[in-house]
Amino acid sequence: MAETAHAHADHHDDHQNDHHELGFWQKYIFSTDHKVIGIQYGLTGLAFLMFGFVLMMVMRWQIANPGEAVPIFGGLLQAIFGEAAFQKDAMERMGMLTADGYNSFGAMHGTIMVFFGIVPAAFAAFGNYVVPLQIGAPDMTFPRINMASYWCFFISCVIMMISFFVPGGAAKSGWTSYPPLSGIADSGDLFHPFWNGQTLWLTGMVFNITASLLGSVNFIATIIQLRAPGMTWMRLPFFVWSQFITAFLLLLAFPPLEAAGIMQLMDRAFGTSFFMPTGLVVQGQLTEWAGGGSPILWQHLFWFLAHPEVYVLILPAIGMVAEIVACNTRKPLYGYKAMVGAIFVLAFLSFIVWAHHMYMTGMGAKVAAFFQTTTIIISIPSVILLTALMISLWGGSIRFNTPMLFATAFLPMFGIGGLTGLPLAFSAIDLYLHDTYYVIAHFHYVVAPGTIFAIFAGVYHWYPKITGRMMNEMLGRLHFWTSLILINGVFAPMFLQGMAGVHRRWYDGGASYPQISNAEVLGRNSLEWNEVSSISAFLLGIVQIFFIVNLVWSWRYGRKADRNPWHCTTLEWDTPTPPPHGNFDKEIRVYRGPYEYSVPGADKDYTPQSEPPPSAEPKAEPEPALVK
Amino acid sequence: MQIPYEVQARPDTGLYNAKLGIWLFLASEVMLFGGLFSAYIFLRMGAEPGFWPLGLLNVPIGTFNTIVLIFSSVTVVLAWASLKMRKFADYKKWMGITIVCGALFLIVKLTLEYPAKFSHFGAYIEKDKWSKYEDYLGNKHLAEIKRPPRVEISGHLHGVEVRGDRAVIEDFAKANGLVVKEVSHHGEGHAEDEKKGPLYEVLHEKKGISPAKAEKLSKIKGVELVAFDVQLDAHNADPTNKNYDRANFIPPGLSEKRAIIKAEDVHSWSAFVPKHSTYFATYFMITGLHGLHVLGGVLVFAYFWGPGAALYRKNPEHLANRVEVAGLFWHFVDLVWIFVFPLFYLL
Repeated sequence: MAETAHAHADHHDDHQNDHHELGFWQKYIFSTDHKVIGIQYGLTGLAFLMFGFVLMMVMRWQIANPGEAVPIFGGLLQAIFGEAAFQKDAMERMGMLTADGYNSFGAMHGTIMVFFGIVPAAFAAFGNYVVPLQIGAPDMTFPRINMASYWCFFISCVIMMISFFVPGGAAKSGWTSYPPLSGIADSGDLFHPFWNGQTLWLTGMVFNITASLLGSVNFIATIIQLRAPGMTWMRLPFFVWSQFITAFLLLLAFPPLEAAGIMQLMDRAFGTSFFMPTGLVVQGQLTEWAGGGSPILWQHLFWFLAHPEVYVLILPAIGMVAEIVACNTRKPLYGYKAMVGAIFVLAFLSFIVWAHHMYMTGMGAKVAAFFQTTTIIISIPSVILLTALMISLWGGSIRFNTPMLFATAFLPMFGIGGLTGLPLAFSAIDLYLHDTYYVIAHFHYVVAPGTIFAIFAGVYHWYPKITGRMMNEMLGRLHFWTSLILINGVFAPMFLQGMAGVHRRWYDGGASYPQISNAEVLGRNSLEWNEVSSISAFLLGIVQIFFIVNLVWSWRYGRKADRNPWHCTTLEWDTPTPPPHGNFDKEIRVYRGPYEYSVPGADKDYTPQSEPPPSAEPKAEPEPALVK
Repeated sequence: MQIPYEVQARPDTGLYNAKLGIWLFLASEVMLFGGLFSAYIFLRMGAEPGFWPLGLLNVPIGTFNTIVLIFSSVTVVLAWASLKMRKFADYKKWMGITIVCGALFLIVKLTLEYPAKFSHFGAYIEKDKWSKYEDYLGNKHLAEIKRPPRVEISGHLHGVEVRGDRAVIEDFAKANGLVVKEVSHHGEGHAEDEKKGPLYEVLHEKKGISPAKAEKLSKIKGVELVAFDVQLDAHNADPTNKNYDRANFIPPGLSEKRAIIKAEDVHSWSAFVPKHSTYFATYFMITGLHGLHVLGGVLVFAYFWGPGAALYRKNPEHLANRVEVAGLFWHFVDLVWIFVFPLFYLL
């Protein structure tokens, strides 16, 4: 990462505004500059997205070809991850994923994708880089806390990575870590009391949550305090709004999970019984816990975070898509105010829907009815957002460059993900579909071709600002079309499989469940669809090479970009490219809303927010608050 | 590059950056302690009758600490006000008192409240053996007056009776400053017991044996823990005494009476440490985390009182802001205690 950050800053050096020279370490590693921290978060997040994807590819091999060693890389995988995760198969080839290894990879895939991939990339990276620029601030409000946030996150990454290499391997109780399973996993005589998968998972999560809290305080304070003169609330770009609300979700939803994480750590390390019921018997032996605890308590605390977390994953994505759609349709965002209202409602409701993940706990019809109702209501603001973005396309002269392709594809993909969630909101249907591949398909449509496509769109869109060079269009388009087709190949069959009853946690992909493997779906045996998904997934992994090559190659050799290559209106395009420390090379004052595209009578089809009105006197708008 | 509004308030929001930051941080702290208090409610409501102990904590000590903490919340405001009025000597005085109060709170917690719990012994009796220990539990009496049953026998662990390889047991005793005595079998069915081998009591004549050491001994291979020799708490020694029908403000303390409790009749046992019960788990979790917050506050105050006070000469307003922000945190810590005190000491 140091090298890439260095490459970025080469352009940064020759800028005149950079008066005080900092040493290498302060400038690129322990930097307090929001842009460097954004890039650090972004590269770490992208690396973890790739790593999480690799874990999943190994699992998909096992699902499609149960009991067979992974080809080509099998020996390497076994050498790296050890005997606990990989063993020789029946034909003495190295690298067959074991059942424990499968559980461990599954748990870590979920954890890494959510907490170490998407949140850092979509929220922390773009938020750090873009938000201060879009509101016209010189940096974040608390630059040193910002740095602490990244390094706290970095520690959590190191802990999670170490956990793969301790005896027994990484955590294997699912990304949800339900007790009592997670309480007894990786414990006993064979395991170290601290250096074991589940304990390290909890420790890593506590650091990760702390990093998120530090970050979210900073985001909110920055947006409230450091808006440039004239940047009133309703002139904020929609991306800033989405980050603002997301930061509130993180700030308020994460602490209960931190509390729960500490409690589970105590259960494991000090033998407390927060989540351990009385009389727990494991493998015929009565356990030593005093008992009196409640496994359901963990589920409540976990989902109280993890449902708002879903919106933490999707809101920054919607924000990015909104920016890109407005810029590339060359017309204002449709229903900006309604969208802002919608995310407020969404954020509030997201705190009172968590138990729809827990219909299977036997909560009773009355409680279930409450959570069904709130869950159905929460679809209204989501639909408002999606509809507004769809209508924004109407009548625009759309520029289909790579970021816009990804942003446009986001809309129907997120739509599929969202609409397939509605049946799950009803407890009667959920009882059948719970823990099947249908659920996997549903939320992956939201976060994979949804959020991850938005992240790609964001990378292609803001790359010129970050590096000063454009990404290659040809490679970008190849990346887009192949990814779009293949990602549907991965997830669409899962809806069918799920409805046929294929369970999401079968290590052999269902081969030993004849009642499932005999079921037919669209003329095929339901398990044969495993291969379609798996092959699509491997190909999807391969085509990401287009992106990686593009990302690295363009950093050095891409076409040079000027200040505003896309002709956008928002303030980040009003800085030098790439922006120096302190961001702006002129006094910034905001005179208009964020999306003044194709204004009738204007001399060009976009009017930057900082452009004064034609009359020399500023309008009698709410007077800017800033006093310098 | 200078970040705006580090000291002066932004006119339209009326806040300087750190003040907004601390309020946001406190919002997340509310959710953190909210999560913990929810866990308390959830576990307490789910506890079977009798399994949530009452009257174990010393209310006068808790009240004293409550007063100390509330008083320190007042003095920290006076410290801030002194700075605002640019009276540095007064600031030093009030901040000094605040620090002393915070430290006093921690000292009381760490010397008077926590340590006794680490050596106090408690054993939950198996439900089907309650009648056997009726003399110590008094559940008939409690049922008559419609109180929840007593499910635990607690007190000071005088010694433990073990069976096994004498040499191993003596080695352990020697290493831990304990003595080993051969004792006779007692209770029903002792003829059968005698066949299994001689019984030894491991103890320290004056101090008894700490539950932690007893646990260590019981985990040695080849050593079987047979019974506990307990000097009973007063409410177990005289369970039908009306004074113990309800929780007292001051725990009644130890009696002179001793009892033998068979290990096979015990569901679980330990000192009053977090793993003893969900009650102690939540108690140590919440008061421990609160204690860490107090410690953090005291350290920050100590810095502002000592080396950090030099900022006064350069920018007194900035120092006042810092004290205000730290003070807001302090009030929050105080507020958490206002919830902790009734939940654990009174209810």
